[in-house]
Amino acid sequence: MDLLTSILFATVVAGTPLLLVALGELICEKSGMLNLGAEGMMSIGAVAAFVAAFTFESTLMGVASGLVAGALLSLVFAFITVHLMANQVATGLAVAIFGVGLAAFLGKPFEAKVLPSIKPTEIPFLSDLPLVGPVLFGQQWIVYATWVIFAVVVWFLAKTRGGLVLKAVGESPDAANAVGIDVVKVRYLAILFGGAMAGLGGAFLSLFHTPMWAEGMVAGKGWIALALVVFATWLPWRVLLGAYLFGGVMISQLFVQSSPIPVKIPAQFLSALPYIATIVVLVLISRNVKMIRLNSPASLGKPFQKERA
Amino acid sequence: MKNRRMLFQAGLASLALTAAGYLSIAQAQDPLKVGFVYVSPIGDAGWTYQHDLGRKEMEQALGDKVTTSFVESVSEGADAERVIREMAASGHDLIFATSFGYMNYVDRVAKQFPNVKFMHATGYKSGPNFHNYNARFYEGRYLTGVVAGEMTKSDVLGYIAAFPIPEVLQGINAFTLGAQSVNPDIEVRVIWVNSWYDPGKEREAALALIAQGADVITHHTDSTAAVQAAQEKGVYAVGYHSDMSKYGKDAHLTAATHHWGDYYTLAAQKALNENGMAESIWGGIKDGFIDLAPINPVVPQATQDKVAQLKQQIKEGSFHPFTGPVVAQDGKEVLPAGQTMSDQALGQMNYYVKGVSSKMPN
Repeated sequence: MDLLTSILFATVVAGTPLLLVALGELICEKSGMLNLGAEGMMSIGAVAAFVAAFTFESTLMGVASGLVAGALLSLVFAFITVHLMANQVATGLAVAIFGVGLAAFLGKPFEAKVLPSIKPTEIPFLSDLPLVGPVLFGQQWIVYATWVIFAVVVWFLAKTRGGLVLKAVGESPDAANAVGIDVVKVRYLAILFGGAMAGLGGAFLSLFHTPMWAEGMVAGKGWIALALVVFATWLPWRVLLGAYLFGGVMISQLFVQSSPIPVKIPAQFLSALPYIATIVVLVLISRNVKMIRLNSPASLGKPFQKERA
Repeated sequence: MKNRRMLFQAGLASLALTAAGYLSIAQAQDPLKVGFVYVSPIGDAGWTYQHDLGRKEMEQALGDKVTTSFVESVSEGADAERVIREMAASGHDLIFATSFGYMNYVDRVAKQFPNVKFMHATGYKSGPNFHNYNARFYEGRYLTGVVAGEMTKSDVLGYIAAFPIPEVLQGINAFTLGAQSVNPDIEVRVIWVNSWYDPGKEREAALALIAQGADVITHHTDSTAAVQAAQEKGVYAVGYHSDMSKYGKDAHLTAATHHWGDYYTLAAQKALNENGMAESIWGGIKDGFIDLAPINPVVPQATQDKVAQLKQQIKEGSFHPFTGPVVAQDGKEVLPAGQTMSDQALGQMNYYVKGVSSKMPN
């Protein structure tokens, strides 16, 4: 693999967990629910996936456990915010902190254990293409699965009745309720999907990326994914682009450091870049009110109370 | 009246005496309470693992004269001070703090607990009840550099480093000098991950180095991620702290290993016998602090012999890894030919030697 291919390859790998988590959060936010707990759900997903894969010696069990664990933690969020109508921001932050702590606790006996690494699934002929071959067709299967999930999300939002219902709930839960949509059910499902995707993102880290569990290994990726959704102004294609952009920044930092080219950018600045980019994009789009109105779910963060008949 | 008071006083005095007697007996029978503060999880390889082996060796050697306790994964921040103070307050007699970043916290707590003995690994501060101990890691690094220099085909060696402090720079430079001694064309590339323990980042750094042509990877971080990545990518790796060969059967050439057990035993013994303290020490191969893991059979016998001979010379003191001329990356001579570097100069190392091709972080 030449250098450029290596960088692109590593970029896709680094962007994959961001993409997974951000797609889940996108669906969740489209229903009007702002779940800031991604970091915690990823941590729980990572530890559950590792423990299951280690215990049962099965990657698939690991992936499934990561999904379920993330979803279970998001269920806590769903109950508190949808049923008890608590403040979503505060609850989300609590879930993030709780998840990180619980994961560290549960993972303690598994610290510094390792799993066999998972080989890439190379697609015959295509993976031999120059430059893009290994990048697009020489990845671990989870990367392809992520692209399938992306395609399903795009299709769901743009082409299905379910997508319309989801967006209607996010825009105006009262109106949706009036036409007979079960707002609570839709929001629960959206939150669960978001949790499952965050759990899968965590599973990617502990099973596919570094096949080990270490406390703090999610290392802020959940927060970057949250920033990414806003950066992408709630559009799936921009989420895809943003995930690889942010992943690329994280990777290129390492390549720049070790190269003999004298580039003097502090590594800390590069780590902050995703957030800076998000703020810049927010400032830019807030000058264009129409753009926010178009994409941001109008009821995002607001609790919904069904009127009593 | 008077009698009664005297009686009362006598009673009080005898009570106090008895209590003091009990206390002194209790003290004589009480084992020495020794605490350890670890920066990362113990796991089964790495920096903390080696310190924990040392703790166990000390327990083995001193039996029921000591009891030990430890706290792992203590980050080098305010948490560290809390943990160290808690240990001192809960009756520990001797506390080993095993990471560079604990230094200022140990310093502060040591002043508040003058009766507790504090030992800090890899720092430079000390006090009446606060000594430090360190190992000449660079001696092992030089030897592993010789192995890496012989085994590289691309002449590019990769180095994953934690923080730009003298200890880490000594390692990078010694490794480079060792490799240069057998292969003048080698170039060493360095990536700083700004963490002692971040397996994800260590792995990404290893992959980045491999992608840039490095075919021998080494690391000054705590996890085994670099060795695992090398094994996966079919390049060589030099482990650190522990023998990491089980994480990369084919990749692992050797490792510079640390051994703290004898020193821990000695320090506890001193505290037990004379209520004294072990001196601050910077021990190397000679003192049994540093060794090499078994060398992979793929390394030619001639190289293995050469390494064994160099190791013997370092042990005898007839060879020093930093022997002049030592030339810095910018071409400036930092040590004239024939001289060996003083400990003070080593302790202040803040430059790359020639042969390291990456730029120093600012």
